[in-house]
Amino acid sequence: MKATTEWTDRRVEDVIGNLLRAGVLLSALVVWSGAVIYLIRHRHDPADYRVFHGEPTDLRHIHGILHDSIALHGRGIIQLGLLLLIATPIARVAFSVFGFAEERDWMYVGFTLIVLLILLYSLGWSS
Amino acid sequence: MNVLLFTLLVGLGSLSAGFLGALTGLGGGVVLVPLLALVFKVDIRYAIGASLVSVIATSSGAAAAYVKEGFSNIRIGMFLEIATTLGALLGAFLALKVPTPAIAIIFGLMLLYSAYLSGRPQTVIAEHDEPDPLATRLRMNGTYPSADGPRTYCPRRVTAGFSLMFGAGTLSGLLGIGSGAVKVLAMDQAMKIPFKVSTTTSNFMIGVTAAASAGVYLNRGYIDPGLAMPVMLGVLAGSLLGTRVLVKARTRSLRLVFSLVIALLGLEMIYKGIVGGI
Repeated sequence: MKATTEWTDRRVEDVIGNLLRAGVLLSALVVWSGAVIYLIRHRHDPADYRVFHGEPTDLRHIHGILHDSIALHGRGIIQLGLLLLIATPIARVAFSVFGFAEERDWMYVGFTLIVLLILLYSLGWSS
Repeated sequence: MNVLLFTLLVGLGSLSAGFLGALTGLGGGVVLVPLLALVFKVDIRYAIGASLVSVIATSSGAAAAYVKEGFSNIRIGMFLEIATTLGALLGAFLALKVPTPAIAIIFGLMLLYSAYLSGRPQTVIAEHDEPDPLATRLRMNGTYPSADGPRTYCPRRVTAGFSLMFGAGTLSGLLGIGSGAVKVLAMDQAMKIPFKVSTTTSNFMIGVTAAASAGVYLNRGYIDPGLAMPVMLGVLAGSLLGTRVLVKARTRSLRLVFSLVIALLGLEMIYKGIVGGI
């Protein structure tokens, strides 16, 4: 029984490793594409972050970010990439729920669901 | 300064921070916020937002490698993430309320503490604590690969570790850092988990912890794409480079220099926090 559990553990860890790598790579590519558009259009603008204004509302919410990305706004696409990056560990936790369920480790399914709920609650702020 | 020059300089700075952070094992996140706030005169809230995002990138990138090596313990990680994510939510809400000079001072203290930890010699694990029965009930006991085959370990004081992790999460959410120093402290000192396992599991947890405060930050407009872009890409590239050369480099003296830089940045943050101008 021990052997099969360990094997499943390893398989779950392999998938998690690939998931994290893919998420980071994808988000870096999206951020990079947004950066190219942003820099071409705004390279001569002054850069000033001395005073905090907060971002405009469209860059604070998932809906607005998607809208700006479809319109090919550089800043919107970068923000979409950052959103994908934030989603990567969340996807990792979501997959872990599945992984622990496969192993019939219900205690850890419970723990992982708690973590997932906390993460979704936080992300819910920006929906 | 125009956007192109600013992006290039911030990108270069973040690249060096990520590179040195990975090379010395101290993480690039701790120097990013002071770098942005003190050198580039960025408002500390924007700096924290950008730093938090880069923390997710480096943690996930590194964790991908560690998970496959079989050092990190996903059960310990997941259980403790309940504490760190709750703490991170609290920290993110605190960040909205606490005045920025106070954040700068807390940040400075955190930097001094990190510098102290890295300058101190590594402690040998003492075996006088009894294995915690709670750890066994929570199925946290594990093995890790070593030169003489797999070695087993049983975590000690789980409750103490859990409480420390809540604190680590709060700091992470308040300051936009990974707070790996506190996480390793919780797992090393309180739970007596072997060093290799605690550092890799801590790295594994940092991304999830940061993601818990990122939603709140995004919603409150702390995450600026123009700033976060060079920071995230720079730190990510730097830390990947750093892990590549890590095997060959002699890091002892570099570590000392880097912790000195961290200590100086800490003092500067505290000073700026007290006299104002941050």
